[in-house]
Amino acid sequence: MSDELRTILLEQVDRLLADNAGPDLLRANERGIWPERLWAEAEALGLPLALAPEAMGGAGLGWDDAVALWQVLGRHAAPLPLGESMVAAALLAEAGIAPPSGLIGLAVGSAPVAWGRRAGHLAVLQGREVALRAGPAGQEGRAGYARDPADAAGPGAALATGALPADAGLLAGALLNAARIAGALEAVLDMTVEYANTRKQFGRAIGGFQAVQQLLARCAGEVASAGVAAATAGRAAARRGLAGAEFEIASAKVVCGEAAGTGAEIVHQVHAAIGFTDEHALHLFTRRMWEWRDGFGAERVWARRIGAAALARGGDVLWADLTGRDER
Amino acid sequence: MGALRFDLRDTPPEAPALRAELRAFLADHGRNWSPTVRGYSWMGFDRDFSREVAKRGWVGMTWPRTYGGGERTALERYVVLEEMLAVGAPVGAHWIGDRQSGPLILRLGTEEQRRDFLPRIVNGDLAFAIGLSEPDSGSDLASLRTRATKVPGGWRIDGRKVWTTNAHRCDFMIALLRTSPPPDPRAKHQGLSQFLVDLRSSGLTIRPILDLVGEEGFNEITFDNVFVPDSLLVGKEGNGWEQATAELAFERAGPERYLSSLPLLTAALDDLRAEPAAAETVGRLLARAGTLRQMSLAVAGMLQDGQTPAREAALVKDAGNDYEQALPETLRNLFDPDRTPAEVQEMQRVMTMVARSYSLRGGTREILRGIIARQLGLR
Ligand SMILES: Cc1cc2nc3c(=O)[nH]c(=O)nc-3n(C[C@H](O)[C@H](O)[C@H](O)COP(=O)(O)OP(=O)(O)OC[C@H]3O[C@@H](n4cnc5c(N)ncnc54)[C@H](O)[C@@H]3O)c2cc1C
Repeated sequence: MSDELRTILLEQVDRLLADNAGPDLLRANERGIWPERLWAEAEALGLPLALAPEAMGGAGLGWDDAVALWQVLGRHAAPLPLGESMVAAALLAEAGIAPPSGLIGLAVGSAPVAWGRRAGHLAVLQGREVALRAGPAGQEGRAGYARDPADAAGPGAALATGALPADAGLLAGALLNAARIAGALEAVLDMTVEYANTRKQFGRAIGGFQAVQQLLARCAGEVASAGVAAATAGRAAARRGLAGAEFEIASAKVVCGEAAGTGAEIVHQVHAAIGFTDEHALHLFTRRMWEWRDGFGAERVWARRIGAAALARGGDVLWADLTGRDER
Repeated sequence: MGALRFDLRDTPPEAPALRAELRAFLADHGRNWSPTVRGYSWMGFDRDFSREVAKRGWVGMTWPRTYGGGERTALERYVVLEEMLAVGAPVGAHWIGDRQSGPLILRLGTEEQRRDFLPRIVNGDLAFAIGLSEPDSGSDLASLRTRATKVPGGWRIDGRKVWTTNAHRCDFMIALLRTSPPPDPRAKHQGLSQFLVDLRSSGLTIRPILDLVGEEGFNEITFDNVFVPDSLLVGKEGNGWEQATAELAFERAGPERYLSSLPLLTAALDDLRAEPAAAETVGRLLARAGTLRQMSLAVAGMLQDGQTPAREAALVKDAGNDYEQALPETLRNLFDPDRTPAEVQEMQRVMTMVARSYSLRGGTREILRGIIARQLGLR
């Protein structure tokens, strides 16, 4: 997708979320109220199928476009299961199955399915097989930190099956969560800078205190790192497919996961008690950052994977491997 | 977040061939570099090595041919820098001239200065030192007091510079000096000027200072009535602060702000196969290295486009310094004195000591974070 088109799409999505989403909608999500209107608007823009090729009714967006879009979702704490549905459609398409319209629940292994109870269809990934099933999933419960509806796929008959490269679901999910974390981090940093410039103690804005400035500068480093790591992973997947981008996706999940931890720590410290309340919106973001860093493989899982691979390859080629990835 | 943007950049199409050439060259010349040499990385000084590097056209690569440069792109130069750093090559004899003194002369120097200095830097014959810090002026650089007084035909310098890396082995330094008193105490950024100072001038004394590793890395320089001709003023009199700040963007922007300790990871990797906890740690270190590399490339791309990414460079330097400083400490926890090869342990010890400087040189962590905070809009 051209830079210009991408910018237009991202602005559209950002405006859509700015106009229709917000803390109330996030809280409604957590009470199990389906974001009917927002989903309809997203469908009207063709977003759920956007990653599928045009021949299958999609827009043929690449993984790099997807990352940019998911980052926007993350900036609004993603109050709908759009990212998951996009991944499900992309993976079905990759396996040669035309993705149906409407919400497709993404079921990777035994992980819970975001909003499975509302899904018209399910994409169930086990090993290298992907099965398209009729939805909805059984109503199970809510995700740990985020409290958004998360359900169990359960058993069911396949409408179609296909094969995918190993770990495709895990990789795509990790890419999604890394991008959402990068976006959410931008949002909480902005919120916190704004707060630091308005909250006064000792007769001055707390943002004037050097201790606060140093914390937020460190946070900015993590926010920038997360954004670059996610974008790098998206670019690699667009170039080499998910399997060929394992190093970059794993790196993004590690860096974004670490940044989520450090970032949340800092923004809560600066907000202090008001940020610890249910009423304040900060936790609507930070709880989702904690959720997303655990989902589709925590930092530990991905770090071990690329670390073990590097150890097996040895010190002589470490640098050549790192620099050679985009130079073939 | 403010206007900080990091747009991904690819390395140039020339990169693979360039790397192959560099790797062969470095394997050949680096055979006998000790753990201490590699531990000092770009603060290490080896004039013969720098001349060899220069012979291959890897100094002043981006400069115009008129001055001996190679007219290659900033991103090709980036490839050369990162290959040198990845093996801890002792590049100090040409690093500063190539990174900041040369570009400063190219941008603001007179035609005469360009013709005189640039070809000699390109040949590896002219090594530069950075003359900023003074005994009472570190982070508060603009408070510096070493002064240049106007005399017929030139200037007389009196005062003292300190922590000047490799000055005892260098030929010239670019010194930031006070040429007129500040109009009022709060306007101390005014009245500063930059000069090219010959380190063999009479009245100039260089005293090496032993560092904590036990090496003579940096120096104290005393100026006692040192004469500098008018022709060696750089840029505009009184404009030194703006000039030096732009120079700092070059100083902070490079891959040396995250790669200083990477040679230790490379050297240690094979030994770490015997350590069950290593995979996760190595994975985290690699994830960060890859990400910092992309951030650093984004800044290099901005330099290539003719921008001055001072704030982006400050952010990448700060994040990079955290990384390169933590690396020897992190790996230490995976080493076993009975198992880990002696030279790897030795490099770890040297780097643990040298790493203290990473978050000091080129602007301390606290100063960089102050710059980032202002960029964020914190007041
Ligand atoms: C190995 C090495 C090589 C060097 N090479 C050179 C060189 O070649 N040329 C050269 O000119 N200089 C060089 N330096 C000097 C370097 O630039 C200074 O060390 C640095 O600018 C800090 O100055 P200082 O050491 O006087 O510390 P100070 O400025 O005295 O700072 C001491 C501590 O106070 C903190 N601090 C100071 N001001 C503030 C503030 N406003 N807010 C918060 N914290 C603050 C600092 O961050 C630091 O932690 C070198 C330093 C080292 C260690």
